[in-house]
Amino acid sequence: MDHRILGSLLLMASLAAPTAMAQRVPLAQAPGKDMVEAACSSCHSLSYIPMNSRFLSPEVWKAEVTKMRTVFGAPIDDDAANTIIGYLVSQYGAPKKP
Amino acid sequence: MRRRDIIVGAGALIGHEASAATMPWLSPDLPDGTRAEAHLVQTPGKQPLIQLSDRPPNLETPIQAFRTAITPNDQFFVRYHLAGIPDEKSLDTWNLEVGGDAAERTVKLTAQQLNDLPQTEITAVCQCSGNGRGLVQPHVPGVQWGRGGMGCATWHGPRLRDVLGRAGVKSEAVEVWVEGADLPAMPGTPEFRKSLPLSRALAAETIVATTMNGGPLPLLNGFPARLVVPGWTATYWMKHLTRITISAKPLDSFWMKKAYRVPAGLFPVAQGFATQDDASTWPITDIVVNSLIATPIHGEQVERSGFTVRGIAWDNGSGIQRVDVSLDGGKSWLSALLDRELSLYSFRTWRLESGPLPRGTAELRVRATSNSKRTQPEVWPANPAGYHNNVPQRLTVKVA
Repeated sequence: MDHRILGSLLLMASLAAPTAMAQRVPLAQAPGKDMVEAACSSCHSLSYIPMNSRFLSPEVWKAEVTKMRTVFGAPIDDDAANTIIGYLVSQYGAPKKP
Repeated sequence: MRRRDIIVGAGALIGHEASAATMPWLSPDLPDGTRAEAHLVQTPGKQPLIQLSDRPPNLETPIQAFRTAITPNDQFFVRYHLAGIPDEKSLDTWNLEVGGDAAERTVKLTAQQLNDLPQTEITAVCQCSGNGRGLVQPHVPGVQWGRGGMGCATWHGPRLRDVLGRAGVKSEAVEVWVEGADLPAMPGTPEFRKSLPLSRALAAETIVATTMNGGPLPLLNGFPARLVVPGWTATYWMKHLTRITISAKPLDSFWMKKAYRVPAGLFPVAQGFATQDDASTWPITDIVVNSLIATPIHGEQVERSGFTVRGIAWDNGSGIQRVDVSLDGGKSWLSALLDRELSLYSFRTWRLESGPLPRGTAELRVRATSNSKRTQPEVWPANPAGYHNNVPQRLTVKVA
């Protein structure tokens, strides 16, 4: 009821303010950044990404994105998911072993 | 507009932020990314807390707050899963619905009706299951808590069993399901719903808290009423309680069946939660024995003539039997003096006089043993979600 409306407001507020979010949590400049900001910040602040760096393997970053899609209902299609995973792995994943 | 400002954050800041560089006491064991990202942030009604995320708000209590057994309301940690958190205005019409398939009737209780029930109080630790996750090696994904995803308060309100009694508990009841006013930002996200075994719901120490340390619950700590389940991790301590369902069936929700689970038998439990067990995993329940040095803090300079080490120890309610402190990186251990406990479920404060130490650096460690004869392990019992990190804390001080 009222809270449903609040939830929608929240969603709109977050979609309307990606720039502000980006300023608060500057993500690394790389291909896919815009898509990551739009998709991830619909539900949570982008700080979850740098907070979880840099130690996750490509498999774990992929599993996180898959969880957001299949469990938390994030409307992200396969192409977008691949872009997001690629960005997270390259910018926030565990450094490759030499 | 004011409403939106409040909802969109704890991020609607009223205070300054300081970079992690001004928190030299942050554990060096946290991921580099966490250390760079964490900020001291002041939100309405709170002193500066360590912000790990602002939407939803996840705010950690600085270690300096653990020099006393009671954690002040304005320093008490904040943990939400979902960004749709209620504001005070939306709670003006709040009431608590109690019913379900194993209830005699459905009732709606106002705050006044809760206050009219017999009242009790208990001092108990509220600790996030993932407290200390950020310190485990190798790191696992999740909110990268240091050691401050916890607090201890005196909680006051009616017993849950008296609240359930208003609806009447039928003999077929097996679980009590709870939900709160916080909601997902996305329609497809599972709402945060948890359950308790009936025996735990009817236990004398399980209460519906309406006050905390003698004051109203802060909004971000569950105003106007939250569940208090002493001895169990905070995932069961539902905030902004709106509905309680007395059920003949185990709750089938993401937050019970998939999240907040640990490998079966890995951690000790007093009673467990049989209706939610499966062959390989159990729901996380009992807090494990743990301890913390609150002073000195990591990196601090101390006097070589001697200084006082102070801190806290806690467990799932068996109580703390002893606390041992090492001043030489674990080579030798000294027995700390325990203060009288406020309750078996509370932080128990302790202290140790160091005596003279040689100049240089000293590595301090602390290790607690419970009345149930459990001691903190040298190696973390690894589990995928990073729960129950109770490896003895280590910190380094400069002896000058």
